[in-house]
Amino acid sequence: MSALLKISGLRAAYGQIEALKGVDLTVGAGEIVALIGANGAGKSTLLMTICGRPRAAAGTIVFDGRDITNLQTFAIVRFGISQAPEGRRIFPRMTVLENLQIGATTAAPERFDRDRARVFELFPILGERRHQRGGTLSGGEQQMLAIGRALMSQPRLLLLDEPSLGLAPLVAKQIFGVIRAINAEEKITVLLVEQNAHHALRMAHRAYVLQTGSIVLSGTGAELLANEEVRAAYIEGGARGAA
Amino acid sequence: MGYFLQQLVNGLTLGAIYALIAIGYTMVYGIVGMINFAHGEIFMIGAFISLIFFVVLGVLGVTWLPLALLLVLLLAMALTAVYGWAVERIAYRPLRGSFRLAPLISAIGMSIFLQNYVLLVQGAHEKTLPPMITGGFELMQSGGFMVSVSWLQLIIVGVTLLLMVVFTAVIQLTPLGRAQRATEQDMTMAALLGIDVDRTISLTFVIGAALAAVAGLMVTLQYGVIDFFIGFLAGVKAFTAAVLGGIGSLPGAVLGGLLIGLIEALWSGYCPSEYKDVAVYAVLILVLMFRPTGLLGRPEVEKV
Ligand SMILES: Nc1ncnc2c1ncn2[C@@H]1O[C@H](COP(=O)(O)OP(=O)(O)OP(=O)(O)O)[C@@H](O)[C@H]1O
Ligand SMILES: [Mg+2]
Repeated sequence: MSALLKISGLRAAYGQIEALKGVDLTVGAGEIVALIGANGAGKSTLLMTICGRPRAAAGTIVFDGRDITNLQTFAIVRFGISQAPEGRRIFPRMTVLENLQIGATTAAPERFDRDRARVFELFPILGERRHQRGGTLSGGEQQMLAIGRALMSQPRLLLLDEPSLGLAPLVAKQIFGVIRAINAEEKITVLLVEQNAHHALRMAHRAYVLQTGSIVLSGTGAELLANEEVRAAYIEGGARGAA
Repeated sequence: MGYFLQQLVNGLTLGAIYALIAIGYTMVYGIVGMINFAHGEIFMIGAFISLIFFVVLGVLGVTWLPLALLLVLLLAMALTAVYGWAVERIAYRPLRGSFRLAPLISAIGMSIFLQNYVLLVQGAHEKTLPPMITGGFELMQSGGFMVSVSWLQLIIVGVTLLLMVVFTAVIQLTPLGRAQRATEQDMTMAALLGIDVDRTISLTFVIGAALAAVAGLMVTLQYGVIDFFIGFLAGVKAFTAAVLGGIGSLPGAVLGGLLIGLIEALWSGYCPSEYKDVAVYAVLILVLMFRPTGLLGRPEVEKV
């Protein structure tokens, strides 16, 4: 499988705080890759650094054969990477529809109607709420909108940061179903950050474990799911706080 | 009664000019959350550019008034916009992401710089322009007093309302307006979705400056006297208008501008006019006591 995203020796810092200390990670075209790790491990930082915020201090990020390490954030979307970031970051004073329109900023205008219809098909509740302001949506609806908005740019790689955070099990299940569906049906590659390691590892083709800024383990989803340390730290022990 | 109406007309005219400047304050505040203290000076520069082009067109023999007006309007808007763009590029953009007061201090510096720049190249003397648009009509006769409205006053109020409608529509309905609102609500997220945030902010300054240029042209036409210092007081008044109307709100800026113009004119009509500014600020304080976000400002009620 050819690498769609290839990250090598990536470092990133916030001032003096080093958040990524030389990360190597590959995402193959068509894969779902999960990234798990404790709070503060640097998962969100990794996704944001792919998009240029913060900028990489060292290392390279190659997407589809092109070095995007030093591109401006807004330009990176044009290459086909979009993100539903940590905290969802819905535009609160814009309607659902306007949020989707912003998501489609870099997309071909004539595709808008079709893409919007697709998002409403994946998340019917968004269709019903299309004229409601983003800030008044429920947490689950906001998460759906964040994913739907990211899909509007017709990405080849979708970065998802804890899409199930704070959602009722049923809604989380629906979100995971959608992630599987867009991966299988639309061939969108997914890099998924999840606290819900059990779910994430079950649906991921491959996975990485990030610990204080470094990758400490990687393998297929099934391998990591069977790994004693992973089970202890992120699945059974997860509720008691990860190591 | 007639006298009152006349003051009303005069107040609306003055208020419309404040409103045009206030839109620039409010749009910039909306998008980058800073008070662009140099905006009053941008207005002053717009007035000078207008005056200079009237003189130049006169020399070139363009005497047909509608053509001259249109040319001056477009040229002044374009050139002043360049100033607005440059101010953002030089004084604010390098400080983005710095501590909150930094761009504010830089703005004050910019304002002093622009004043002195015009003082240096144009001199301290007042510049005058003879009335170009004359005439008008009599609205009504009331209590032995003739209420008259000049064509120019009509143009000023009409243009202001038109521009307010146009730019409200731009912000609500166009991709540029959406990009502006997205940038205003979450700059990082806007960039993640492919919005060129720097360009969006630049365009906001450009639009604000172009509107200030329209105000500069109006002042030049209406009052016929300008100097390098007019930006200061007009800027303060327009800023007050933006706050009164609810900073960040475009219709609020226009409402605030018109109200301040009215208060000034009515106060000056009946009370000692030296105190008209006191009246303006008293109203501002009263409004802010009961509506801290201004008349049309939005109360924040979303969960984020
Ligand atoms: N804007 C910031 N400024 C300073 N430090 C930051 C910033 N964002 C993150 N950090 C620090 O970088 C480290 C990695 O944070 P990051 O958000 O990437 O972790 P995470 O793995 O996503 O954690 P979580 O599971 O809690 O979301 C943490 O130590 C955090 O305190
Ligand atoms: Mg995180």
